[in-house]
Amino acid sequence: MGKHVLVIEDEPNIIEAISFILSRDGWRVDTHSNGHDAVETVHAKAPDLVILDVMLPGKSGYDILRELRADAQTQALPVLMLTARGQNKDREMAEKMGASQFMTKPFSNADVLACVRALVGAG
Amino acid sequence: MATLNVLVAVCLAYVAVLFLVAFVAERAAARGRGWLGGPWVYTLSLSIYCTAWTFYGAVGYAARSGLEYLTIYLGPTLVFVGWWWLLRKLVRIGRAQRVTSIADLISSRFGKSNMLAVGVTILSVIAATPYIALQLQSVTLSFEVFARADGGAAASSAPASTAFWVAVGLAVFTVLFGTRNLDANERHHGVVMAIAVEAVVKLCALLAVGVFVIWGVAGGVGDVMTRIDASEIGHWQMDGGRWATLTFLSAAALLCLPRMFQVMVVENDEERHLRTASWAFPLYLMLMSLFVVPIAVVGLDLMPAGTNPDLFVLTVPLSQGQDGLAMLSFIGGFSSATSMVIVAAIALSTMVSNHIVMPIWLKLTGGGAIVSGDVRHVVLMARRVSIAGVVFLGYLYYQLSGGGAALAAIGLISFAGVAQVLPALVGGIFWRGATRAGALAGLTVGFAVWLYTMFLPSFGQGVILPAAVMQEGLFGLDWLRPRALFGIDGLDPLVHAVIWSVGLNTLVFLAVSLASFPSPLERLQGAQFINVFQHSQSPGGGFGGTAEAEDLLIMSQRILGAREAQALFHAEAARQGIEGYLPDPTPEFLQVLERELSGSVGAATAHAMVGQIVGGTTVSVEDLMAVADETAQMMEYSSKLEAQSRELSRTARQLREANEKLTRLSVQKDAFLSQISHELRTPMTSIRSFSEILREGGLERPERHKYASIIHGEAIRLTRLLDDLLDLSVLEDGQVSLNIRRARLADLLDQAEAAAGAASGGTGLEIRRDGPVDQVWITTDPDRLSQVFINLISNARKYCDAAGPRLTINVTQAGERLMIDFVDNGSGIPPDAQDLVFEKFSRIGDQKAGGAGLGLAICREIMARLGGSVSYLPGQGGAAFRVILPLHQAMAAQ
Repeated sequence: MGKHVLVIEDEPNIIEAISFILSRDGWRVDTHSNGHDAVETVHAKAPDLVILDVMLPGKSGYDILRELRADAQTQALPVLMLTARGQNKDREMAEKMGASQFMTKPFSNADVLACVRALVGAG
Repeated sequence: MATLNVLVAVCLAYVAVLFLVAFVAERAAARGRGWLGGPWVYTLSLSIYCTAWTFYGAVGYAARSGLEYLTIYLGPTLVFVGWWWLLRKLVRIGRAQRVTSIADLISSRFGKSNMLAVGVTILSVIAATPYIALQLQSVTLSFEVFARADGGAAASSAPASTAFWVAVGLAVFTVLFGTRNLDANERHHGVVMAIAVEAVVKLCALLAVGVFVIWGVAGGVGDVMTRIDASEIGHWQMDGGRWATLTFLSAAALLCLPRMFQVMVVENDEERHLRTASWAFPLYLMLMSLFVVPIAVVGLDLMPAGTNPDLFVLTVPLSQGQDGLAMLSFIGGFSSATSMVIVAAIALSTMVSNHIVMPIWLKLTGGGAIVSGDVRHVVLMARRVSIAGVVFLGYLYYQLSGGGAALAAIGLISFAGVAQVLPALVGGIFWRGATRAGALAGLTVGFAVWLYTMFLPSFGQGVILPAAVMQEGLFGLDWLRPRALFGIDGLDPLVHAVIWSVGLNTLVFLAVSLASFPSPLERLQGAQFINVFQHSQSPGGGFGGTAEAEDLLIMSQRILGAREAQALFHAEAARQGIEGYLPDPTPEFLQVLERELSGSVGAATAHAMVGQIVGGTTVSVEDLMAVADETAQMMEYSSKLEAQSRELSRTARQLREANEKLTRLSVQKDAFLSQISHELRTPMTSIRSFSEILREGGLERPERHKYASIIHGEAIRLTRLLDDLLDLSVLEDGQVSLNIRRARLADLLDQAEAAAGAASGGTGLEIRRDGPVDQVWITTDPDRLSQVFINLISNARKYCDAAGPRLTINVTQAGERLMIDFVDNGSGIPPDAQDLVFEKFSRIGDQKAGGAGLGLAICREIMARLGGSVSYLPGQGGAAFRVILPLHQAMAAQ
């Protein structure tokens, strides 16, 4: 079981924080900061888990997720969605699109770590 | 020798016969007999044109002036043969407008002006007076002839008392038959029939005398011709002026004489009768004039010199011992006189009572009794008194004038008098531009000139006009001599008077009409008169009872709706005991129907509609005006409803718009909250995450410092965001207080550059200024304006993607306005995003420069408060913003 995570997020400080947390836990962390070629990057990196922001420049996280789920190769890929808009309809949207897990910013580092471990362990 | 007593007895018998004829005709008319109103009766009734003047006077005229008497027949003949279309128009108008007299017609045409009617009435009465006197005179003279022949003692006292009793007798006859009933259309079938009989009698009498004279006295036609050639008549010179004037006068008289109007228009039963009359009446006139010259010539030969030629028709048979023929001739003359007086009295009394007596009576009694039965009584009384008055006036004139003047001369005075109505009459029915003022002025002038030049002098010098006035003019002014107005001397007095009176009348009528404007009612009436053939249906072919009921039902269905109308008609039919849906249109039913209809269309309209169908009557102007009033009320009501409905739909639209706006605002609020949430949560995420990391400890010093700096930076970002939000909220609410003062534009730009440079960490943006920056002073809030400049400069600093980024600040002054353009040399903003840059939280493309996207929104609000604007300038190469602001902002603003 690999420990390879791809973080798709446009806020540099948040990328830095997540990278620090997961690296310290032994994960290999790749990052990507826009929506345009996010799907291609997922295919290229072939991570064990994707952490996906909703509000991305170029293409929204929901659109990326739908494309991933439509593709057989990434159909079952664990995806943790992060959003800063913390409203119920965002959560519903995420579940509908097939997010494995959904978290609202700001998050606690421990929660993120637990969630990532659980998702990959379950995967 | 016929005795005077026999004569009186014959006269009374003749009158009794006339009474009988009139009575029978009246009864027959009441039963609706058609033969009464035939074209022949109509034509014969027109013969009242031939009065005693023509019966006796024509012979006298011929004896004195030769063939000139023919002009009296020529005028009417020309009118009937050549201008019958004018008569047809008069008749059509008379029927369409329910005209009762010529005064009524003129007044009706010129906007129902009663003043005009009174004028025409007075003129007509004054003009008719000598004419009636003439008739009395002729009857009196003829009596005298018999009295003298009788040689009795009665002769000496005869003239005055004869005239008086004749006048009384005529008045009584006229009252009895002229005012028997008050018809709406003023028709008198009995009188018309009596007149027709009289017309036959006088024609027969004159023809009989003529035949007797030619074949009984003279030796046949050839002998008479020889005698004519031998007599003075054969050598008479024709006076062209007098001929033309006389022909014109008699033609005008035919149209304007109240009694002619009465028989020709008012008593007309059907318009087509005019067609028969157009050749039969001239024929009658021709027959009347056929033996005039022979009688005159033979009379002149036969009778001793100094015998009155006016009475040749009587005296020639008498001198030959032909008492019976003389008697017939006398009856003929008597017929001529009586028929004229009767019809004239009826026509004049209608005018006097309708236009003078009734208006005064109504004014005196306040018009309160209009609907009561009293009015009928009053109208009849007014008619009777008027008839007596008119006949008495004639008698008075006869007494005053001494009965001396020749018959024809008196007749011509009347003709000239009534001819004054001609311009207003003809103008009224053919010329749209004719106005009430014109008619009144023309009539007044014509009447005055006629009075002065003709009527007053006719009494003889010294009776009314003093001899001095006749000789030297009024007030001694030479040009005011009645027989030589304006110094035009040497004309025949008749020609002189007619030219001046009718000429001035016409001129004044035309001039005043052109200078004045008709009232709306005049305009309406004028159009109805002039276009009478388009406005009215040709009468004839009346509806039968069933047709009427059917038409009524069709109309009612249209107005009340089929079911209601049928129910109404069915109920009425059942009440009348008739099967089906078509009851007889009884007055009661019509009343009910009118009431029903008026609920839907208004009383006046209902009345007009029912009247149109049942009576075949034409809609009068009053009806039309009432209809127009009702229509106006309905339109007003419906326009009120329309306004209310518009109001309602406007309110509904406003509500809908308000609702849409609320929904939009709600959506915007959600989006805004969502945006704010995002903008707040993002820095908080970093802060929380790194503070957790720091709290756990175990980090190297550089890392600790780095993470603490991130937390610090994000905290500042949060503060700035909150500041911007509060700023924007204050600006949007309009509660911002401005600190207006004078400042130099260059100083503001300097400050802004410094501030923007500090904020963005001094990347190498080159800034240039163009235009008269240094000289410009502005009155504004310098801090707020600076804030805008800082925003624009730092945006250029952040987003200009050129290799050597450069910002050009271009200042232009246009009058009281200042334009400051900020143009950089980057790739600019894509067209589809240009509209969005001023919206809150809008960030373009992938750019991630740390702002929350509120800067330009704040700029826009600030510029609005400063009385200017900021907008994106497309097509400048790079990103370009234009700031416009007034050089001097009012201190009071905000």
